[in-house]
Amino acid sequence: MDKAQARITFIDTIARFTAYTSKHLPDDVRTKLKELGNQEDSEMAKIIYTAMFDDLTMADALSRPVCQDTGIIQYFVQVGTHFPLIDEIEDCLREAVKKATALAPLRPNAVEVFDEKNTGNNVGVRIPWIEWELMPNRDDVLIYCYLAGGGSSLPGAAKVLMPLEGYEGVVKFVFDQISSYGVNACPPLLVGIGIAGSVEVAARLSKKALLRPLGSHNSNPRGAELEARIEKGLNELHIGPGGFSGKNSVMGVHIEQAARHPATIAVGLSTGCWAHRRSLIRIDASMGYEIISHRGATI
Amino acid sequence: MSKTVVQTPISDTDIENLSIGDIIYLNGYLVTARDEVHHRFLKQNRELPVDLVGGAIFHAGPIVRKSEGTPGRYDVVSIGPTTSMRMEANEKEFIRRTGIKLIVGKGGMGSQTAEGCRLYKAIHTVFPGGCAVLAATCVEEVESVEWLDLGMPEAMWVLRVKEFGPLIVSIDTKGNNLFEKNRLAIEARKDVVVKEICRHVNYFG
Repeated sequence: MDKAQARITFIDTIARFTAYTSKHLPDDVRTKLKELGNQEDSEMAKIIYTAMFDDLTMADALSRPVCQDTGIIQYFVQVGTHFPLIDEIEDCLREAVKKATALAPLRPNAVEVFDEKNTGNNVGVRIPWIEWELMPNRDDVLIYCYLAGGGSSLPGAAKVLMPLEGYEGVVKFVFDQISSYGVNACPPLLVGIGIAGSVEVAARLSKKALLRPLGSHNSNPRGAELEARIEKGLNELHIGPGGFSGKNSVMGVHIEQAARHPATIAVGLSTGCWAHRRSLIRIDASMGYEIISHRGATI
Repeated sequence: MSKTVVQTPISDTDIENLSIGDIIYLNGYLVTARDEVHHRFLKQNRELPVDLVGGAIFHAGPIVRKSEGTPGRYDVVSIGPTTSMRMEANEKEFIRRTGIKLIVGKGGMGSQTAEGCRLYKAIHTVFPGGCAVLAATCVEEVESVEWLDLGMPEAMWVLRVKEFGPLIVSIDTKGNNLFEKNRLAIEARKDVVVKEICRHVNYFG
């Protein structure tokens, strides 16, 4: 395949992958929602879960976005340094978003700051948002697509704590945010926490934490234990599906960390709603693809 | 159990016996109105292009597409509720000036809206968040669109709906507020939970 043809194929694959992401939840999220739904015994919680599963079934059958808020589109790209289209990925992703917006269709959500105009095609200044990681000596690319809805982005916050506030300060920060904002953010939520030395590192790690599969654990044993404790604690708030009270509050709690400065503990928080539209695709050097997040999916 | 169906135009008597936690469905007209519609009407003092007396508004920014083969017509693809709390600062005044009787949204609203519901006899209800295709299948027709210059999510979409629901009453005409009750219960549980976790996080050694 020559480069021009590869480019066309790549854009088309990402456009269809992005549209697909809006219409189908990943396997791990579906499984978790079923598990949580089965634990509920109140009438109200059951009604909400029934509505959620009906919605997923209809979205599948009618090929429509699960939620009308198809979000600001974010890509997390892990690119092999020998991937043939490495120089063109950003341009291709922007083109793919325009195509996906018409194809799905997605809701136009990119509003230019200061001009306060909706661009109409989900492409704008620095949007789609792209984060990069290099994979040395490889010729493929792994791309996470994340549709960041407004409702689930509202609880987001980050703060730099004094070390004396300790990890207790981190825990309090998370619980204050979730107990006041989580109810409106379409629970059960996935909670992403970043801990680092400065505010932007913590915030970015909190979003990266949302990309991890449900059931995965922090790389540090203490981190994994804290994840479990916060998850159990948030569930004991009994926020319930849609905020209507219930057995649980969250689908999971994921923490990612970077070594901190001795004088600071920065904490960042991002949340994903129950309709956690996160997907992962691997594209090889000959533009063949595999969707890792949705087993058996073809696009 | 029979379905409670409310029909627009809605009168005070249609809704005054409803209490928080009740589930209803809507027939008639439902008009989308979120941040920008509230802002343009209340802050920029523009006249509303739709008469909302006895009406129902929907905090929602839908995905719509042009109907194939019928110019000027639209179909709703997905239309779930958006976070109602964003409209809290304006909603009481919006209720007073428009005469709306029913608000559909997501999550709770605050004490000002609860007061508006009590004073002017209106209710706030919640459609299950994220369930946008389910909601779209309750829309029979897009009758018209106003203020489309605000963009697709912010425009006023006038929808004819059939048994639109489930709608869970979160603020009733007495001013009772389901989410405020839940919020206080969550707050009360929080301190105990946080204290227990904090016993285990002294990593400084």
